Amino acid sequence: MTRPPRRPGGSLADALWRRPGLLAALLLALPVLWLVVVYLGSLAALLVQSFYALDDFSGLVVEEFTLATYAQLFTAANLAIIQRTVLMAAAVTLASAVVAFPIAYVAARYARGWRKAAFYLAVMLPLWSSYLVKVYAWKLILAKEGILTWAFAKVGLTPLLEAVLAIPGIGGNSLSVSYIGTFLVFLYVWLPYMILPMQAALERVPTNLLDASADLGARPGETFRHVILPLALPGVVAGSIFTFSLTLGDYIIPQIVGSSRLFIGQAVYTQQGTAGNVPLAAAFTMVPIAIMGLYLWGAKRAGAFDAL
Amino acid sequence: MPASTAVSLSKVSRVFGPVTALDGIDLDVRPGEFFAMLGPSGSGKTTCLRLVAGFEQPSSGRVAIFGEDVTGVPPYRRAVNTVFQDYALFPHFDVRDNVAYPLMLRKVSKAERHAAAEAALEMVRLSGYGARRPAQLSGGQRQRVALARAIVARPKVLLLDEPLGALDLKLRESMQEELKSLQRALGLTFVFVTHDQGEALSMADRIAVFSAGRIEQVGSPEDVYRRPANRFVADFVGSANILPPGLVARLAGERRWASLRPEDVRLVACEGADPALVGRITARSYLGASTRLALDLGGLSVHVVRPAGELLPTEGPVAIAFEREALHLMEREA
Repeated sequence: MTRPPRRPGGSLADALWRRPGLLAALLLALPVLWLVVVYLGSLAALLVQSFYALDDFSGLVVEEFTLATYAQLFTAANLAIIQRTVLMAAAVTLASAVVAFPIAYVAARYARGWRKAAFYLAVMLPLWSSYLVKVYAWKLILAKEGILTWAFAKVGLTPLLEAVLAIPGIGGNSLSVSYIGTFLVFLYVWLPYMILPMQAALERVPTNLLDASADLGARPGETFRHVILPLALPGVVAGSIFTFSLTLGDYIIPQIVGSSRLFIGQAVYTQQGTAGNVPLAAAFTMVPIAIMGLYLWGAKRAGAFDAL
Repeated sequence: MPASTAVSLSKVSRVFGPVTALDGIDLDVRPGEFFAMLGPSGSGKTTCLRLVAGFEQPSSGRVAIFGEDVTGVPPYRRAVNTVFQDYALFPHFDVRDNVAYPLMLRKVSKAERHAAAEAALEMVRLSGYGARRPAQLSGGQRQRVALARAIVARPKVLLLDEPLGALDLKLRESMQEELKSLQRALGLTFVFVTHDQGEALSMADRIAVFSAGRIEQVGSPEDVYRRPANRFVADFVGSANILPPGLVARLAGERRWASLRPEDVRLVACEGADPALVGRITARSYLGASTRLALDLGGLSVHVVRPAGELLPTEGPVAIAFEREALHLMEREA
């Protein structure tokens, strides 16, 4: 048998075949440049900024190490912003998990062929349109003159809507200016980010484990609790990382739908823009990063990734 | 009703869309029996097992376990446990919790179920492995864990789906003996599915041979090997030579298909032999303990297996000979 002739470019292929590490380095070069140098670099710059402070008289940033900005972050008004945002992110994450699980479960277990394609389309379709368009559409839906108010009136449930809006703290004049409205829009906008990782995780749970569980005497509810949920947990955690961090950092939804009280994203936006207080903006930005770090550490401690 | 059968299938069919996986099966497994369902892939043997376990429902017919009709009863309410082909161990539990799983579901206290799990692990010679994860075990060890998990809750019938399929030859042989002695020690009814006729012959008390959704023959290993009901069984169980009715009529006086085991055939000199039994050697393979020869007898292909050490002709025409009793006339046409 004769060997195939050497073609141009063959020596490069040969060299890469002999040194797989070189190939990996070449493939990783650009992403590493982007993620490490640009992303982590700017993050580090931000971290440094948060240890500077604004001079009250001149309005200029004093480039000297100080904890004054963090002291400012932990004043009552700013803590209220942090607390509000974290509570909202937690509520949105929990609700997303509850709403997404049945959808992801049916898609992973029962949908085949065109039904599966239809599922992906239905979940992804909202991501194709502009985020702003969706949020403004929701503002109209939730407005006092919107379709929801109208629908509640049509079926005679206006008192229910009014009772919900009368709840102190989360209620308001109409859904579009209440925390409930903000919550609903967050839930809608981030739901695909919860469904997709969940569905992927559920799909990876082998069917024969479900058979084995039933065979050994587990009723469907017990199989769900002891086998499906623990094995799908990494996917649930992945989805919750998306919904939680996206909610923590968002500054547009609460500005368009909701009360006028600030969320972390809005605080960052105002501090670095109008107020010109980049150190405080940087300190605010550190909050979601710290919370996500704690969250991942806690999830790992709780064994959420054991099944990986 | 006194349970004279451990598992009973009557007129069971299972249809998947256009495919008939099982076509009106009748089958009785006796209590305490080691029963094998043997057949090529797609013959319906695994579907049959899944019907007994409760993972599938029959399209028609009834399934009973120890006299109790379980048609329409979900798997978690059946007193049978399964050893799965790929073991199906829970990756997020350690070995002990895997084995104790059925007891945990029955709300047995932690101390009690761990003790029972340890006892079951000892039975499959895996004591001390309780704290490991399934991923840290070899294939043979996982197989034993699956076995321990299936017997820890004392089912009435143990189902085994190709239990040794993924193991290497040496391990398979030792596991065969172990399964057999475990079955005797527990006095349990074992029903196991295999495509390996050697495994079925060496382990089972009785064998059902499946083909294309039907049962071709049920009988002892001796029955299906020595006295195959038809050409399919003769060919599938131990690759017998199959002689056509014309030749059989001349040799045995009856116009029927017959099977002839390769090891029952001798090679003799051509002089004075029946011309229909004279041919030439076309292939020869050395099997260690024996030698396997392929012969061409005027268009009829015949295999011969002779013990090692026997002097065999290398070229020229040879004739075959065998005892009349070695020729098994078959009842039916496959």
